[in-house]
This record gives sequence, C-alpha cells and structure tokens, in this order.
Amino acid sequence: MYAFEYHRPSSSKEALDLAAKKSEGKFLAGGQSLVQAMKLRLSSPSDLIDLGSVSELKNLKVEGNTVLVGAMVRHAEVAASPAVQKAIPALAALAGMIGDRQVRHMGTIGGSLANSDPAADYPAAVLGLGATISTHKRKIEADKFFKGLYETALEPGELITQVSFPAPKRAAYMKFKNPASRFALVGVFVADFGGNVRVAVTGAGACAFRQPDMEKALAAKFAPESVANIKVKSDGLNNDLHASPEYRAHLITVMAKRAVEAALK
Amino acid sequence: MSVKVSMKVNGKPVSAEVEARTLLVTFIRENLRLTGTHVGCDTAQCGACTVHMNGRAIKSCSIVAMQAEGADILTIEGVANGNGTLHPMQQAFKENHGLQCGFCTPGMVMNALDFAKGHPNPSEKEVRESLEGNLCRCTGYHNIVKSIVAGARAMAASK
Repeated sequence: MYAFEYHRPSSSKEALDLAAKKSEGKFLAGGQSLVQAMKLRLSSPSDLIDLGSVSELKNLKVEGNTVLVGAMVRHAEVAASPAVQKAIPALAALAGMIGDRQVRHMGTIGGSLANSDPAADYPAAVLGLGATISTHKRKIEADKFFKGLYETALEPGELITQVSFPAPKRAAYMKFKNPASRFALVGVFVADFGGNVRVAVTGAGACAFRQPDMEKALAAKFAPESVANIKVKSDGLNNDLHASPEYRAHLITVMAKRAVEAALK
Repeated sequence: MSVKVSMKVNGKPVSAEVEARTLLVTFIRENLRLTGTHVGCDTAQCGACTVHMNGRAIKSCSIVAMQAEGADILTIEGVANGNGTLHPMQQAFKENHGLQCGFCTPGMVMNALDFAKGHPNPSEKEVRESLEGNLCRCTGYHNIVKSIVAGARAMAASK
C-alpha cells in the first residue's frame, strides 16, 4: 500500500471540508473494497477520510413505507434489523448475502454504492426498488446513479448520506454466487409495486441495469412463467474466466424466474 | 506519515506510533507481537486473520489499524481463561480434532465464537454457511463443523 495521510472527522461537515481541500483524497467507509484495492496498489489516494466516527451517517430506521439506511450502516445491521425484515424482507435478505460474516460486519451501503462494483449486491436492490440516494447536496434517483464500470453519478468530493427504499408489495433477490468470492455471477432483484414491476440485474454487466422486457411481462402477470421464456441478449455482458456472456444471459432468466417464485412465497 | 493509534487488545490498553497505512493485523502481529492472528491470503478470502472488534468478527487484514482506534479488540490470545484452561469452543476443537495443520484455526475459532453467540444450538448447515469467510487448505471442514456445533452447545450450557 502507498502511504497516505489519515483523517478522522467526527461530522460530515468536517469530512466534506477535508474532501474539498484534498482533491486526491478518498472517503473511507468500511474499507472492505478500498483497503483491498489500496493493498493491490489499484488505488492510491493521497488522503483517507475515515467516516467511522461520523455518527450522523449511522442511522437505520423505517418511516411509514420507507426504509432509510444511513451511508455508514453495516450490512450485518440491515440483515439483522427486525424493522427492515418486516418492511422489506428482500432487502434484509440481500444484505445478509453480501460477502461473508466478517465482511458484513464492516462493509457499508454507502461504500458499496460509491464503489459500484459490477458484481456487488446492493446496486440490484437500489435499482430494483427504485431507491433514492441522498448526498450532502442532492437526491439522486437509482435510475440515474449507476453509470458504468465502477462509475456513478457522484461528483468528486460528493458524500452519500442516506439511501431511502420504498417498500414494495412483494420482492425477492436471487443470486448465483461465484463459489470462491461469493460475489454475484448474476443476481436479479424483482420488486412488485402493484402493477408497476422493476427487475434489476447485477453481476452481468459493467454496472447494475434494468430488464424492461421482463418488467413489462411481469406487470401484465406476476408469475414465474411470464419471464421463463424471455431470452436475454448476451451483447455487452461480462466475459471472464467465471462465465461467458451467453451463460450470464441465460442465468438472468433463470434467476429472474426464481426471484419471482420467491417473491410469491 | 505516522499516527498515534490506541485501542484495547484482550482487555489491555495499548498504543503505538505507526504509519497510517499499517493494517490492523500488522499492528497486532508486529507491534504487539501477538502472532496467533495469522495472515493467510492477505486478500480477504481466507479469514485466518479474524479477530473481534467491539464483539464482532472482522478480518484484520482488511482494515487499517486506525479504523480500530478506541475499539475493543479480542484476539485468539485473549480467548482462554486466565488460569490457562481452554474456552469451551477451543476445547471443542481439541476434542473433535477440528484442525489438521492448524494455520486456519485461530480464525475459525474467532469466527465461531461470534457466530455461537447468536446460535446456541446451530445446525450443520448454519455452521457451514457461517464459515463462508474462512478457508481451510487442509480441507478439514468436517471436523471443524463438528467442533463448532459442539462448542456452541457447550457455550450455551456453560451460561
């Protein structure tokens, strides 16, 4: 790891002031991707602004039909929260599937979204539920957040503060795991808002994306057979030693079908 | 740049001047000379570096020491009782032969301890799922799973 200067602000204002001064700096959330990337020298920020002591980013609550997750809320907290389990069980279940136990104790939603790993789980929930990402200066709709490989709508120095998820009528996330890394080879999040259905895919492309043909079919009839015969085009899908684009395309249909089945249970 | 880091490790306050890029595992092994916490893969896959931070299992190779500033850290050295008798989970690993070469064992035990707190009588399936973040390159999982099931029950019984 290259050397850097470490900062430990106690408020988001202090964190933002630091970020404004340190243009080559980075916010540090749980560090489960960033510290690893720095060890591999894939990332070499001049400064790390550790958000671990910024308590205003750690709130997790359910208000009416909305689940509000602060940027520094750990995956394990979302997975274990009775309020989230009740409001959006699929969201709690997804958080409990991220990485492994130890990673879930450190990793945060803000870190996951800002990093936008192509195989991360949270982007599927954010896009599938049509969540809103609040930063210190604006609100960004999920549909406008994910821009490409590790690329988001965030501007330099912009800080995610909270993510708000509207509770659907029913939803489920199905993930085909890479058996070694537990990252999603393909993950599909299906959410039914009563007539309006959203289907979001992670792991298959450069970043999470929606599957409009499936959404239309499921809006007409929310049943596994509505998606079972939809063939997904493999153009532009990820190709690596774990899976070909054709295999990933096939998995999208299989995982979507299973997600609908799970949502109906 | 060097920074001052302070935390509690196995109940004792410790502090040192370290480089900001010092990983928690490096601080534990090299500054504190507590070498029971192992570095297996250094890429967050193997879990041999698992310790508890404020009661929760984490991978100490995946955070910098400064992220543990002010925290309560428990390493494998702090698990046995003061009088030298083994913790029920350690005893269960011994009795069920839950190790072969032993390299992964500290991480397995630390993860198992945290897991057992919420699972007083776990099924084999739950234990296997809980070990997602720990690798045994001897592939001796069968006895590790048996050990954790027995250890969790023993912990619940000794409460």
